[in-house]
Amino acid sequence: MSETPTFEHSETYKRSSERRMRLNMGPQHPSTHGVLQIILDLEGEVVMRCDPVPGYLHRGTEKLAEERYYNQIIPLTDRLDYVSAFNNNVAYCIPVEKLLGIEIPERAMWLRVILMELQRIASHLIWYGTSLMDLGAITAFLYAMREREKILDIFEMACGARLTYSYCRVGGLLADTPPGFEEKVAEFVKDFPKAWKEYTDLVSKNPIFMDRTMGVGVVTPEDAIDMGLTGPSLRGSGVDWDIRKNEPYYGYDLIDFAIPLGTKGDCYDRYLCRMEEMMQSNRIVEQALKFLKPGPVKAPDPKITLPPKELSMSQAEAMQRHFYQVIHGFSVPVGETYGKIEASKGELGFYIISDGSSHPYRMKIRAPSYVNLQSLPLMTEGRMVSDVITCIGTIDIVLGEVDR
Amino acid sequence: MFSPARFFETGAAPIVAPEQAVNPQTDPLIWFLQTFITLFVIMNVVLVTMAYQTWAERKVIARMQLRHGPNQTGPMGLLQPIADAVKMLGKEFVVPREADKPVFMIAPIMSFIPAVAAFAIIPWGDARSEGLLGGWIRPAIANLNIGILYMLALSSVGVYGIIMAGYSSGNKYSMLGALRSSGQVVSYELTLGISLIGVLIQSGTLNLNDIVRQQQASIWFIFPQFFGFVVFLISGIAETNRNPFDLPEAESELVAGFHLEYSGMSFGLFYLAEYISMNAIAALAAILFFGGWAPPFDIVPFTLIPGPIWLFLKFAFFLFLYYWIRSTLPRFRYDQLMGLAWKVLFPIALANLVITAVVKLIGVHMGWWV
Repeated sequence: MSETPTFEHSETYKRSSERRMRLNMGPQHPSTHGVLQIILDLEGEVVMRCDPVPGYLHRGTEKLAEERYYNQIIPLTDRLDYVSAFNNNVAYCIPVEKLLGIEIPERAMWLRVILMELQRIASHLIWYGTSLMDLGAITAFLYAMREREKILDIFEMACGARLTYSYCRVGGLLADTPPGFEEKVAEFVKDFPKAWKEYTDLVSKNPIFMDRTMGVGVVTPEDAIDMGLTGPSLRGSGVDWDIRKNEPYYGYDLIDFAIPLGTKGDCYDRYLCRMEEMMQSNRIVEQALKFLKPGPVKAPDPKITLPPKELSMSQAEAMQRHFYQVIHGFSVPVGETYGKIEASKGELGFYIISDGSSHPYRMKIRAPSYVNLQSLPLMTEGRMVSDVITCIGTIDIVLGEVDR
Repeated sequence: MFSPARFFETGAAPIVAPEQAVNPQTDPLIWFLQTFITLFVIMNVVLVTMAYQTWAERKVIARMQLRHGPNQTGPMGLLQPIADAVKMLGKEFVVPREADKPVFMIAPIMSFIPAVAAFAIIPWGDARSEGLLGGWIRPAIANLNIGILYMLALSSVGVYGIIMAGYSSGNKYSMLGALRSSGQVVSYELTLGISLIGVLIQSGTLNLNDIVRQQQASIWFIFPQFFGFVVFLISGIAETNRNPFDLPEAESELVAGFHLEYSGMSFGLFYLAEYISMNAIAALAAILFFGGWAPPFDIVPFTLIPGPIWLFLKFAFFLFLYYWIRSTLPRFRYDQLMGLAWKVLFPIALANLVITAVVKLIGVHMGWWV
């Protein structure tokens, strides 16, 4: 036994420790959203200490990335925040494209914007459903799944996959969208506000829901900034920070949308923020559709993107390039860079160091869920067990991203 | 005028109604056989109702949630309850190593028996009438003069099962569930009881059948006792641990609460107990506030439908309400639950009680209260 003095050795802890019960909530627990373990010290129903223990889903994504070619890393990123895989794809591609110094074609850019925003809606719908299910309202979950299903259908149409898309490639997209894609997106955009109204009608003014969330899990703006929270968790506290607005990428500066902000920083504000963000994302998709023009979806750099199939089947030169890329990938100039996007959970960034070879020397993922999770003890200590569940729901963590 | 004894005198009928053909004193054997057959029939009705209630619940909630519900087992999934029962019977009964074994074994039974016993006094028709087949199937197993007290007593006993289960499982979640449950049931029993006293004062009897007869003669008690009814309904939902008061078994917080460690039929008994006590509360609401087996109007198309069907319809309405609430509302937090009981329901129930008493007192003095 080590003699290192910890919190458990302190006098304050010992004095009340006899009345305390230690509860290991998780990793097998229905509302820890995967395999999060939370060690709770309870006095009756009151949480005296809350200690989240991530790591049960650690798959070594960052280390694995060091052994793979740049395009082979994309499937790994799918499995970070698996409910918004497309955002991860894009967030990974941005720094690589920055290192390569290439611009992606206009159409690829707008397609990425449209799909990212649709993905944000899908991810927020999952949050809406699961967080309400944690509160005991089961119907909301199934209603949320209905709209999410439509988004997944759009993704399926674009790339054939429904959860782990790997649709991005460095330098653009895997392939252009099939005909009828834009109409389908437009139809979704038209129908979504009606469904959204149903969601808010079901929940927003429900007195029990308001009782459960108002004044619970308050994070002050100062605390939120100190802990490095991002995304709706930060904006719920009233801090006006959204990378799409503050450091626009991908033509977000051409689009008119608002950033919803909370005032009190409690669970209810975060709920309202996320709900409003869905509507704003819907607006973004609507506007981005107007910018979407036919054109190429891959950067015209033959060293980075695969040549078109017809060419590689007919020209020896193109076939050689295809072959070389598949077995060797492409080399990225020496350097290091950080690329970030406003993913559905917050700032998702990839820090990539290249040594000039065809795979990264080091890849560091700045996962928003991991950072946001550290606000859990602050929100829950001194409150009741039920509030822990409310707060986990409101942080909107995905364990794939927390543990990487 | 309002001595407690009067509650037991007014309108009280002997345990077996005078119109009844068989007298237990003179013909004990026939009386016993009749009771046994009635018991057999009514208990089967109760258990089958309960089984198909789970099916109905799944179907109704599924429809509210854009799903289909059970539809693979038989036509419209009608064999689902049977499949569930077979599954539960086939499962192993696991006793955890940490468990307090005797208590652990008794707890489901302690929870199940009071729930079923409540149905002994539910009148399915006028308990003073002869019943079906010349008295061989009586409308109620027992026409008890202290019916409401009996009901309250049983619902209090029911909570022991939950507490014993939570304590004996040796699981922290179960323990929390049991603690929540004891607090909840004690608080809500109080509001439930007080909301019923309004009905008692109004009717002057504790006998469920007489309460129904009085409503048949005057109006349904939901009209004069509206606030009592609201309090009764909310407390009833809380008493049976249903949404939004399902804190003792809050799935997302306490995994399954007090019955976490139970498996197979021992879990099945808790499950049955929950649904049967839900039925009992629904039946009680129908009897006390909606005129029980009495048709809403004493005119021809309504009087043609027999009493049990009226009771069933009213009872089905309340069950539907339960399902509706369950599929809509989120769950309370523990302190809010207590706040609701003590700060909202308790004053309302008390005010309702006092107002009813004063109105009756004045009415009796002035002579317009019959």
